[in-house]
Amino acid sequence: MSAVETAEPGERTAAPVVTPRITPLSAAQHGALLTWRSLLKIKRNPEEILGLTFMPLMFVALFVFVFGEAMMGDWQAYRDLITPGIIAQSVIFATIGTGVALNTDIEKGIFDRFRSLPVARSAPLIGAILGDLVRYLLTVIMVLLVAVAIGYRPEGGVIGVVAAIAVVMSFAFALCWLSAFMGLLLRTPMAVNIFGSVWMFPLTFGSSAFVPTDRMPGFMQTFAEVNPVTHVIDAMRELLAGEAVGDSLLWVLVWIVVISAVFFPLATRAYRRRT
Amino acid sequence: MTDAIRAEGLVKRFKGQTALGGVDLTARTGAVLGVLGPNGSGKTTTVRILSTLLQPDSGHATVGGYDVVREPHQVRRQIGLTGQYAAVDEDLSGTQNLVLIARLLGFSRPAARARSAELLDHFVLSFAADRPAKTYSGGMRRRLDLAASLVGRPSLLYLDEPTTGLDPHSRNELWDVVRSLVGEGVTVLLTTQYLEEADQLADDIAVLDRGKVISRGAPDELKARAGAQVLQVRPVESARLEQVARIVEAVTASEVRSGEGTANASVTDTAVMPEVVRRLDDEGIEVSELTLRRPSLDEVFLALTGHTAQTAPEGESNDDGASGAAETERTPA
Repeated sequence: MSAVETAEPGERTAAPVVTPRITPLSAAQHGALLTWRSLLKIKRNPEEILGLTFMPLMFVALFVFVFGEAMMGDWQAYRDLITPGIIAQSVIFATIGTGVALNTDIEKGIFDRFRSLPVARSAPLIGAILGDLVRYLLTVIMVLLVAVAIGYRPEGGVIGVVAAIAVVMSFAFALCWLSAFMGLLLRTPMAVNIFGSVWMFPLTFGSSAFVPTDRMPGFMQTFAEVNPVTHVIDAMRELLAGEAVGDSLLWVLVWIVVISAVFFPLATRAYRRRT
Repeated sequence: MTDAIRAEGLVKRFKGQTALGGVDLTARTGAVLGVLGPNGSGKTTTVRILSTLLQPDSGHATVGGYDVVREPHQVRRQIGLTGQYAAVDEDLSGTQNLVLIARLLGFSRPAARARSAELLDHFVLSFAADRPAKTYSGGMRRRLDLAASLVGRPSLLYLDEPTTGLDPHSRNELWDVVRSLVGEGVTVLLTTQYLEEADQLADDIAVLDRGKVISRGAPDELKARAGAQVLQVRPVESARLEQVARIVEAVTASEVRSGEGTANASVTDTAVMPEVVRRLDDEGIEVSELTLRRPSLDEVFLALTGHTAQTAPEGESNDDGASGAAETERTPA
C-alpha cells in the first residue's frame, strides 16, 4: 500500500469541475442512491431479516392460537378480527427503526461522511425514510402471508387489500417523521429505542387491535376510541372485509395530516440542526 | 502558489463553552499541516468547520479559494475527510461502501466499480472486498475509511487523529500512505495528539491549546523551542535522585524535572549523554535507566505554555448539541 494513485498527473492540476449548486435531478439521484443503501442494509442485517419474518409469524400464530378460543370461542373468527390489528401494530413498531437507524448513522459519523461530499443535504434523510417505507411494506406483506397461510381470506379482494395497505402505509409514513424527530433529538440509539417503544405499547394495545373497544372499562374505551391506531385498524378492517367505509378512514386522514403537520417540520428542523 | 487553507479568527462556542477562541491557520498547497493538541483543544471542531460540517460563530475560512460558509458545495468537491472514528457503513461491504460514495460523486456505475476495486487493491483490502465492514479489524476499517475519503481524488485531505487506537504496524502503514499522497501533490491537514506523528509527517505544525493556536512553525523550530529530546536518568538508589538531578542540570544547563524516581531534562545536543555518564561514574552512582527520548506532548506543552496539556473533562469540545459523542467517546475500542 505504498503508492496510492489519486489522479493522473494532468487531471490533478486541472481545476475541479464545479457545478455551482446541486440540481434537483442530482438531489433525486443522491436520494435514490441512499435509498439503495438502506435496502442493502436490510439484506445484510440478520436482525432485520429476523424481525421481518420471525416476529410477524410469532405474533399472528401466538395471538390467534393462544387467545383465539378464550376471546371468541373460535380461533378462526379471532384470526379475522386481529389480522388488521397485527399488521398495524407491526408497522407502527417498525417505525421506531427509522429513528434508531438515523441516530446510529449520525453517531457513527456516517452522515458526516455524506455531508463532507458534494451531496444534496436532504438526501441522507430521504434515503433513510424511503428505505424504511420498503421495510414497512415488507412487514405488512409478511403478516398478511402468515395470516393467509392459516386460513385468513380477506373478503375485500385485491382492491380491499391494496387499499388497506395504502391506509396503514400512509399512517406509518406520517409516524416515521415522529420517529425521525426522536432519532435526531435523542442522544443514543438505545434511548431512541426505549422512548420509541414506551408510547407504542399503549397506542397499539389500547386500540381496537385485539379486543373490541366496547369490552373495555370506561376510561380505556374513551382512550381507545380517540386513539388514531383504532381508526387505522377499523378502516383496514372495513377495506379488507370489503365493507362500506365509514368515518374511520376520514379520521385516519385527519390524523395523518395532524401528525405530519407537527412532526415533519420538527424533524426537518432537527435534521438541519444536527447535520 | 496560493494556500490550500486559510482560516482567520475562527470562533465556535457550544452551549456557552468556547471550543475555539479565534483560530488562525494556514496550510500551504501540497504540504502537510499538523495540528497538534490534547483532547479538548479544538482540533476536531477546527476540522469540522474547515470541512463544512459546522459553521463558525465568527471568523472565516477559505479552502481552495472557496469560502467554507458561503460556498460549501465547492469546498466539498475538493476535500476528503477521515475521522479518528471510522465512518464506514458497517453493514455494507468494502466494495459497496466505496461504490456508494463514487456514485454519489457522480461516477457512472462501471467507473464506480473500477475506482472501488482500484482503491481496495491499493489498501490491501481486496481479499475482504465483499465482506461486511463490521467484520474488518480496526486497521482494515481505518484503511477503508481512508479509501472512502480518496474516492473523489481530493486535492485536500483532512485526517482527524488518523492513528489514534491503531497498533504500531497499522500506524506505520498509514504514515506511508500519507507520505505517498503528499508525493502526488495532495495537501493534508492532520490532527494528532502525538508529537512524533506531527514530527514524522508535517511540514508545518500548529499547536492548539484550549481553542487557540499557541505556537506554529516547522517541526524543527518547535522542537528547538521545546527541546529536541529529553534525557531521563533513574538511579538505582532513589535516595541519590537529588544528586543525579544536580549532575544532569550541570551538564545540560537546562531545568531538571524530577519525579517518579527519574530526573528529566530537555537536551538539544546529544553530546551531553557521554558527559552525564562520565560524571555519574565519577560519583559512583549506579543507574537502572539512562535514555534519550522524544519529549511527550505534555513536555512540549510545558515548554511552550508553562502548563501541562490538559484534557478537557468532556473530551474534545465537538459537542455541538448535535453530534453528541465527545471525541474521546468516538475512539473505537
